[in-house]
Amino acid sequence: MNGVHDMGGMDGFGKVEPEPNEPVFHEEWESRVLAMVRAMGAAGAFNIDTSRFYREMIPPHVYLSSSYYKKWFLGLEEMLIEKGYLTREEVAAGHAMQPAKALKHGKFDLGQVERIMVRGKFARPAPAPAKFKIGDKVRAKNIHPATHTRLPRYVRGHVGIVELNHGCHVFPDSAAMELGENPQWLYTVVFEGRDLWGADGDPTSKVSIDAFEPYLDPA
Amino acid sequence: MSDHHHHHDHDHSELSETELRVRALETILTEKGYVEPTALDAIIQAYETRIGPHNGARVVAKAWSDPAFKEALLEDGSKAIGTLGHVSRVGDHLVVIENTPQRHNMVVCTLCSCYPWEMLGLPPVWYKAAPYRSRAVKDPRGVLADFGVEVAKDVEIRVWDSTAETRFLVLPMRPAGTEGWSEEQLAELVTRDSMIGTGFPKAPGAPS
Repeated sequence: MNGVHDMGGMDGFGKVEPEPNEPVFHEEWESRVLAMVRAMGAAGAFNIDTSRFYREMIPPHVYLSSSYYKKWFLGLEEMLIEKGYLTREEVAAGHAMQPAKALKHGKFDLGQVERIMVRGKFARPAPAPAKFKIGDKVRAKNIHPATHTRLPRYVRGHVGIVELNHGCHVFPDSAAMELGENPQWLYTVVFEGRDLWGADGDPTSKVSIDAFEPYLDPA
Repeated sequence: MSDHHHHHDHDHSELSETELRVRALETILTEKGYVEPTALDAIIQAYETRIGPHNGARVVAKAWSDPAFKEALLEDGSKAIGTLGHVSRVGDHLVVIENTPQRHNMVVCTLCSCYPWEMLGLPPVWYKAAPYRSRAVKDPRGVLADFGVEVAKDVEIRVWDSTAETRFLVLPMRPAGTEGWSEEQLAELVTRDSMIGTGFPKAPGAPS
């Protein structure tokens, strides 16, 4: 979706402000939110792409004025309600009132913690040969799906070069909507800064994205 | 965000609306039998203690010291790091990108906050915030200037937007004047930002 989360190339947000000696968490609740998101994802309540989509659906004015973990919290709460793991009445009451919905991988307990310390695997067997090879010229499609996509707006319509082939991976556009993994070839595609940003762009800069095959046409 | 930290034993009257909502959610998830609070504690403890940039620093220091390891690391980051028992375990799809005198690499996630957690820990606020995510791809030298970092005009700046489940770790250039240093000494020079590409390693003898 063409949401406010798709920030590449936007102006007006000001300087980057690094915080010296930044703590891992600024407030205790942030750590609880992180842990709940990881735990409920590992228990099978949702996949990573669905959780990203729910953050993207936060209204723009709320998204821009919320801290990072506040966005995580808002996305988590709404997603768990919509997927039937809790109800709005329970959220309002602050207590469970309805029977639990079964989790695909069961309750997240202490014995599950170590397995989430390593990222999940996203590579899948290839359903078809790759359409592109390293060095090929490709054009990012001019597409504007209203659902989740990982093709940022700032590359759409532009021509780049295939630099790496990462094999076939779970396709987020399908997985986010719970339409299956639909594995697709994944490439690093590199664009010239001036092709993306025009004559005023930095001539010494190049930008790459990781693009799934359905995002690309031959050029 | 407020400057003071709240703890579990405070009165509800002192808690913000967000804190109350987060607590309520955890209560519901616990009562419904979805999660065990001690398991949440263990996740938090891991990110506060075990998983941080020291993991990436060990990998970088090893690559600076061992040419065969460096070659393997650039070929397949996940596989090469998997051979180092003492470093945090790493998942698939880690790509290590080398800074050279001709090219400076910088990593961003314009769409959300993708970051190599296992190597660097949880990302800092600036990495996840709008100024970095919006400008890194359009004005990378301007962003580097915000960090007080200047890269020579004839060096290519390559920005890697992490738009999939691949994760990128920058291998910075080894500082001059470190000949004969041990991996442990070298690791002390490797900063988090030097592995994101928004900084350089510390110079030998510089205050830490």
